[in-house]
Order: sequence, then structure tokens, then C-alpha cells
Amino acid sequence: MAQTRREMLIDPLVDNNPITLQVLGICSALAVTSSLKVALVMTIAVTIVTAFSSMFISMIRNHIPSSIRIIVQMVIIASLVIMVDQVLKAFAFEISKTLSVFVGLIITNCIVMGRAEAFAMKNTPLDSFVDGIGNGLGYGLILMLVGFFRELFGSGSLFGVTVLETVNNGGWYVPNGLLLLPPSAFFVIGLLIWAFRTWKPAQVEEREYKIQNVEAH
Amino acid sequence: MEGLLSLAVKAIFVENLALSFFLGMCTFIAVSKKVSTAIGLGISVMLVQAITVPANNLLLTKLLSPGALAWAGFDNVDLTFLSLISYIGVIAALVQILEMVLDKFFPPLYNALGVFLPLITVNCAIMGGSIFMGERGYNFVESATYGLSSGFGWALAITAMAGIREKMKYSDVPDGLQGLGITFITAGLMAMAFMSFSGVKL
Repeated sequence: MAQTRREMLIDPLVDNNPITLQVLGICSALAVTSSLKVALVMTIAVTIVTAFSSMFISMIRNHIPSSIRIIVQMVIIASLVIMVDQVLKAFAFEISKTLSVFVGLIITNCIVMGRAEAFAMKNTPLDSFVDGIGNGLGYGLILMLVGFFRELFGSGSLFGVTVLETVNNGGWYVPNGLLLLPPSAFFVIGLLIWAFRTWKPAQVEEREYKIQNVEAH
Repeated sequence: MEGLLSLAVKAIFVENLALSFFLGMCTFIAVSKKVSTAIGLGISVMLVQAITVPANNLLLTKLLSPGALAWAGFDNVDLTFLSLISYIGVIAALVQILEMVLDKFFPPLYNALGVFLPLITVNCAIMGGSIFMGERGYNFVESATYGLSSGFGWALAITAMAGIREKMKYSDVPDGLQGLGITFITAGLMAMAFMSFSGVKL
């Protein structure tokens, strides 16, 4: 591994983002982003689980027989997720209600599995920990961006604090109700991907069919 | 009976796992390039979902929920905090067993579904179905219905998506949107279409 730890941490943010490039962990990215607060909690939960599961898996990587590695990884990830779930239920019950099934679904979040399989099985515990944090943050970055747009334009507030006074409260802003509904997350992420790829043209996918310019005769 | 029917319709259309809860999105986006593979994956998900949801329901009601262990003399034991880890265990084991059974008794089906079966273990639609079953407190018959119909809904969504994408590869999409970006926007439009079912009352 020629990468330094710093690169490992920063690389997944834009250049190798888990959501926009590796297509991992989309399910929860779409569902929990209607408000920033929930998105933040989800980011923290996923980052913690990814970092620690990568570290633990990397610690025992030389003792796991490869035929049962998926199950071993699952058990480690599931135990961590249960801990996060219990902590959330104890200290942030309201948020845990809003997140409902999505805390449990961190288990099957492909980012956690993907990093465990692709990185932690081959690298030292400390590197894997840093890689886990980096990928968790890259995931969080998208989550927060989507959450920002959806909450600001959907309900005129950020973190529950009113920024744009809505018409219902005597202000001027007419909230765009569509942004609070699930389909809008698809649009926001689609447009974000467009923005990312315009900024970094190297990420553009090859076309299967090219439209050719034919000279008119 | 009527209750079960409305539960099924609700699970297929109104609360479609893929398009209104975004479950199984990773595979939904990744494996929807061709209709034939999408149908294969859809059928496997439906099959696994129809088995795991009722199986997890039995596990939850007979072993994990508060007081369920009364027959063994533990009246006050509440093991629900173990539900997540046991669901994933059941799912992983059942997928493995299903793979072996199909290989032994239905080789053509196994060959068609082969590559997709292991993928299903980490498909959040399966896990999500089981967690929803626990949260909504379905009984055994309801959970069997829910499992089958929610799996069918997912299969329907991925097949439709693949159909659109097969046509779409001939269209002139802006460079940055090519591939993943346009797929997301298409999925968003499909989700909006499915939202129109939400007015349906049974």
C-alpha cells in the first residue's frame, strides 16, 4: 500500500466516494436524508461501525478461514450495529424512532461489508481503521449534502432552526413539498453525481453506444 | 382473507420495498442493466423473502420476544436485542441451504439463479422485510403473505427498471449523467409514479 494514512482518509471523500463512485450504501442514503439532524446521526453511526468493524476484522484477518469469512464479518458487524442501536435507543429515542429500520440495516449496508472485504482483509488494523473512517465520512458527506438541500428547500430550516421563513408561519418562502418526499432524494443524488463528474471528468462512465456525427451530403 | 389481500396489495404497490423504502438499492442499481438478469434476481429475492420473513417471525415469537421462553422456565427474559444478529444469521443460513437444495434438485433453476443467490445475503430488502415484520407485529400468516408480496413488489420494480434502462442506453445523455446519474433520476421518476398508489385504500 503506497497510500499514506492522510490519503486514505481524504481519498474516499471525493475521488473515490463510496456512494457516487463505488455505488455502495445507497439504500440508507436515500431514506434518512429528509432532515439534517437525522442524516448527521446516521453518518456518525455508519462511520463508527465501518471504522471499528474494519479494525476488528483486520485484527483477526489471519485467523479467519476464507470459506466462512462472510459469516465471521457479519457477526462482527452485527454486534457493533446492535451496540449502536441500543445506545441510540437509550440516549436519542426520538431520532432512533425516525431512523426506524435503517439502524438495523447498517448490517447490510454494502459500505461496511465492502470495506471489510476489499480493504480490512489485506491491511493492518490501524490502516483499516483510518480507511473505515474515511469511507464513513465520504458517505456522510453525500448524506449531509442531500440532507442540506432537502431540509433547506423542503421545510425552510437547517437542523430544525428556521432559515427561510415559510408562508405558513407568516414568512415569504413557499416550501417545496416534493423535497420532503422520498423520490426527491433520487433527483438530488443524481444531480450531485452530475456535479461531481463535471468537476472530476475522470469519473465519467464510458458509453455503450456512441452517437456519431454523420456529415450531410 | 380480505385483510391478507389488502396487506399483499399494500406491500406490492403502496409500500414497495425498492421504490418507497429504498431497500435493496445497491443491487437494484447494479444488476438492472438487462431484463433477463433482473428477472432472475427478482425471482430469487422473492423466493428468499417468502421463506425468511416467516422463519424470522417464528424465531421472534417463539424465542426472542419478552416472555417467549416461559416454556423453558425463563419467564422474564427479553432477548429482542438479539433480533438483528439472529435475523442475519437466519438469512445467511437459508440462502446457503437454498443454494444447495436448488443445486441438488433443480439444476436448471440453480444455473439461472446461481450468481445472484450469494448476493442476496447482503440485500437490504431481505433484512428490511424481516425488521418491518418485527416492528409491525405481524403474525405467522400475515408475515408469510408480507414476505411473498413484498418480494414480488421488489421483483416488479427491478424488472421495470431494467426494461427502461435497456431502452435508455441508446439515448444521448449528458456526459456527467451517463450511467449512474441518469439511473438515479429514472428511479426517482419511477418512485413518483409508484407514489400515486398511496391514495389506494382497501
